[in-house]
Amino acid sequence: MEFRFFYHFGAYLLMLKGMFSKPENPKMYWKQLMQQSVDIGIGSLGIVFIISLFMGGVTTLQTAYQLVSPIIPKATIAQIVRDTIILEFAPTLTSIVLAGVVGSKIASELGNMRISEQIDALEIMGINTRGYLVMPKILGALLTIPCLVVIAGFLGIWGGKMAGVMAGIISNDEFIQGLRQELKVYNIFFALSKSYTFAFIISSVSAYYGYNVQGGALEIGKASTTAVVVSCVLILFSDYALSAILL
Amino acid sequence: MIELRDIKKGFGDKEILKGVSATMESGKVNLIIGSSGSGKTVMMKCIVGLMTVNSGTILYNDQDFTAMDEHEKKAIRQEIGMLFQGSALFDSMTVEQNVMFPLDMFGKGSYKEKKKRVMECLDRVNLKDAAKRFPAEISGGMKKRVGIARAIVLNPKYLFCDEPNSGLDPQTSLLIDKLIKELTIEYAITTVINTHDMNTVMESGDHIIYMYQGVKQWEGSNEEIIFSKDEKLNDFIFASEFLRDAKEMRQMEMFRDKNWRNRLQGGKP
Repeated sequence: MEFRFFYHFGAYLLMLKGMFSKPENPKMYWKQLMQQSVDIGIGSLGIVFIISLFMGGVTTLQTAYQLVSPIIPKATIAQIVRDTIILEFAPTLTSIVLAGVVGSKIASELGNMRISEQIDALEIMGINTRGYLVMPKILGALLTIPCLVVIAGFLGIWGGKMAGVMAGIISNDEFIQGLRQELKVYNIFFALSKSYTFAFIISSVSAYYGYNVQGGALEIGKASTTAVVVSCVLILFSDYALSAILL
Repeated sequence: MIELRDIKKGFGDKEILKGVSATMESGKVNLIIGSSGSGKTVMMKCIVGLMTVNSGTILYNDQDFTAMDEHEKKAIRQEIGMLFQGSALFDSMTVEQNVMFPLDMFGKGSYKEKKKRVMECLDRVNLKDAAKRFPAEISGGMKKRVGIARAIVLNPKYLFCDEPNSGLDPQTSLLIDKLIKELTIEYAITTVINTHDMNTVMESGDHIIYMYQGVKQWEGSNEEIIFSKDEKLNDFIFASEFLRDAKEMRQMEMFRDKNWRNRLQGGKP
């Protein structure tokens, strides 16, 4: 088990190292980067929209349920919702969902290219496949996932406000007042740091498992599942590590 | 010319290629034949650099490919066109975009010039009308032809074909063989085909290498194969009664040819 870990870790680092070489045609690499950014960013907007709204709504309702003391002002609910969403839910929950959506897509796409010899065909042409196929995916994820996290944050807070107002827990003005109380800009920096880390984990780990698929269609499915599982575990682990270091 | 000198390749304890030396002749259709597991696919992958050999040398026109750094290998690879067993077309691109891809990546010139070249290649493989279709919308034989068009679009010096007839009906198979043979002559390419297809062996192969359990068992022309006394080769090629009859008929036909009769009787042609 230990040796397999070191084998995979070594191969993963070699894949990352192999990405850096002079592009055969920078225009084609740029085109690929734009394509990947659209696929990852725009392609995941729908699911991010849905989970963010519900995540915010549920956070408001559950926070209100627990804050039963009449001494605590209702605006505190909004403050808690804001901080919970910015610090944890927007970056981590969104990234866990994206590990499933984007991670499995990257792993299965590269796996299919490997099995159907498309990667070999690119190699034969003299193209650095790690640079042409993997790097744009990682850069695309680094460009778009933090944006998705920011969108998730805004939508989550808006969803929380809507749920609170519709349930009669908190008024619109109280919620806005709560949002303005003791806002720490550092929390936003922390959330963005997490989102960049998670974006790198999701894209690079999934690309590693997809790129190294061996066998047939069954192995593509296995690689996708492994990519998602490993990405999720690493996201949770690095979430803890970043919280311990940065907070 | 491609020359292999004592190449060995293994995976773990299993030795696949046990010191193979062979020559792929320039401007000819060179065939690597052998039963499944004989090492012919591994051999082809080693020649094109998809696998690295454990020992031995591979020479492309006297340049040692095995000793080259990545940059030098890239230069050689740009002279190689390859048709894969499953065609390896890019699913997300149309037929035209698939053929255009190597030109976009490496070709110089305007879009118009590139498009003209793509259409020339598609026309050459008789697929001009399928330019806007996606790989999923065309048949296996058409995919192979698109693969050939993509392989020749950069005017390669070497063309490698891995099982070009697999999964094709006999008629389409003949068409592909004929196309590869014509292109070899037309572009003066050194072609290397990895095949099981006996029709390819008898009709297209100029120079044949027979692999048996990781060793080169026999090497010669397709005419010499008819009179070969190698039992393993004969068992492999003329496996059925029908093929053995065909062989005898071809032998008689060739024996009627004076030059061949002289050669077979030890005299000069």
